[in-house]
Amino acid sequence: MSISIDEVRHVAKLARLELDEAEILALQGELNALLGHFSDIRDLNVDGIEPQSHAVAVQNVWSEDIIGASLSREWALKNAPMTKAGLFVVPQIIED
Amino acid sequence: MLTQLSATELRKKLDSREVSAIEIAQAHLDRIASQNSKLNAYLHVNPELTLEMAESAQKTINQGNASAVTGIPIALKDNLNFGGMPTTCASKILGQFQPPFDAHVSKRVRDEGMVVLGKTNLDEFAMGTSTENSAFGPTRNPWDLERSPGGSSGGSASAVAAEMATLALGSDTGGSIRQPASLSGIVGFKPTYGRCSRYGLVAFGSSLDQIGPFARNVEDAALCVSALTGHDPMDSTSLNMAPIQRSVEGGNVKGKKFGLPKQLFGEGMQPGVIESVLKAIETLRQAGAEFVELDLPSIAYGVTTYYIIAPAEASSNLARFDGVRYGLRVDGAGHIETTEKSRAQGFGHEVKQRIMIGTYALSAGYYDAYYVKAQQVRGLMQREFNAAFQMVDHILGPTSPVVAFKIGELINDPMALKQLDFCTIPANMGGFPAISLPCGLSEGLPVGLQLMSPNLEDDALLKTAWAVEKALDATLRPSFA
Repeated sequence: MSISIDEVRHVAKLARLELDEAEILALQGELNALLGHFSDIRDLNVDGIEPQSHAVAVQNVWSEDIIGASLSREWALKNAPMTKAGLFVVPQIIED
Repeated sequence: MLTQLSATELRKKLDSREVSAIEIAQAHLDRIASQNSKLNAYLHVNPELTLEMAESAQKTINQGNASAVTGIPIALKDNLNFGGMPTTCASKILGQFQPPFDAHVSKRVRDEGMVVLGKTNLDEFAMGTSTENSAFGPTRNPWDLERSPGGSSGGSASAVAAEMATLALGSDTGGSIRQPASLSGIVGFKPTYGRCSRYGLVAFGSSLDQIGPFARNVEDAALCVSALTGHDPMDSTSLNMAPIQRSVEGGNVKGKKFGLPKQLFGEGMQPGVIESVLKAIETLRQAGAEFVELDLPSIAYGVTTYYIIAPAEASSNLARFDGVRYGLRVDGAGHIETTEKSRAQGFGHEVKQRIMIGTYALSAGYYDAYYVKAQQVRGLMQREFNAAFQMVDHILGPTSPVVAFKIGELINDPMALKQLDFCTIPANMGGFPAISLPCGLSEGLPVGLQLMSPNLEDDALLKTAWAVEKALDATLRPSFA
């Protein structure tokens, strides 16, 4: 399986990465090298094997609903690139 | 010299009041000041904070309340949050992020009175095998400054090997503690997945990531990991178990059965590495250990499985870097363009590549062929290894197929470095505890021996590793200044 330039652009859009033409070309080559390597599992027989999302089986981890300490507003905003009146500033999302 | 001593030796000197925690901290700060510019192991130091911690540790010692690690200096990989020092993950996207909370392990370090020396370099977001993918330049190996210390926790490995730290913490997703330990000639231990809380570790591949120590010897590694492990309600994958035992004495190689997977002794291995490991096996055999050959064909599929699962998880984990709440923000026309530009300028190339391959593997039409299939292969590996552990106590082999390679030698080939992970990946896929310890030199560079155990057998693994270390008598020290 190989990946086309258009697919690279599509995946970059999904991943929210603005890539320039040189990067798109480089990534197409690299992704195809990786996908070429990945072909080794295509014909591997895994019939009857459940997909494993974890290494150690842990089920139903519950915790008591207890009020604890939380971040202060000052700390929550401390690393923000832009704030105003104690809030995060984001680009306009809804049209006027 | 204080910087050459093990944590266990420093403990004795601290308890007998022969030296103070402040003297130990100062000796390390001096060493860092004179040597770090050659190695680039540390990204951040804060001598004032370090000395404050040392003074407080000394007070605790004077009051007679010292724990086994009070006053011992430690370095933290810079993907672990530690209040008072920035967290960068060696990425431009985090800027000088000031963490508002301590990682669980950082809190344990603080509560135990250990003395934090600084934050160490890594491949950006721990994605790499050489520490070359750092936005702040590569880390160098004290055995040969032209060579890589391995990665992704290369800064922590280099710091301990170059006597700029007694202990250091790293994170291991596909080998990122064990491989740099191997290439740098020290001990590196990845506990069973879930023994050490990941709270406050910047997530890469959440189902694989595990924190563990770098140390000069097995005893020190056990000392350190014992102080870090135990249940943490803040990480839902943290196992509700007692900490890993500190005491490793009394371990034996005699009567132990070691499995040697033939897949780790064949194609792709440097002859010098194999020679060194076979020599170690012979020594252990003479000490009474038993060896059986194992056939574990799934090892051959580890690299593919890993480079699907880890990037898939990373592409999701790294979605949080959007330029809104923290980190770099590059303004564009509207919200989406701002996110796209911030991520484009903030992430380095390797990180972009992994986000892309992970997004692709999770995207419509490819999810079953790649992601689900890879998870089934993970199941296959677990089944194969668990069956092998029914027959043997430990699985043994080289940690890395090669000794330390030259910086720049492999970085431009997208598969070359990734293929080097095949000895270490199975332990992450199965969650198994695994340790790398030095077993000799090849071409003047360290070779690492890896031991694996079944899940939750961390105590038994450390005990055997201690006995193996004793039998091999192969503690290594670089001739570095």
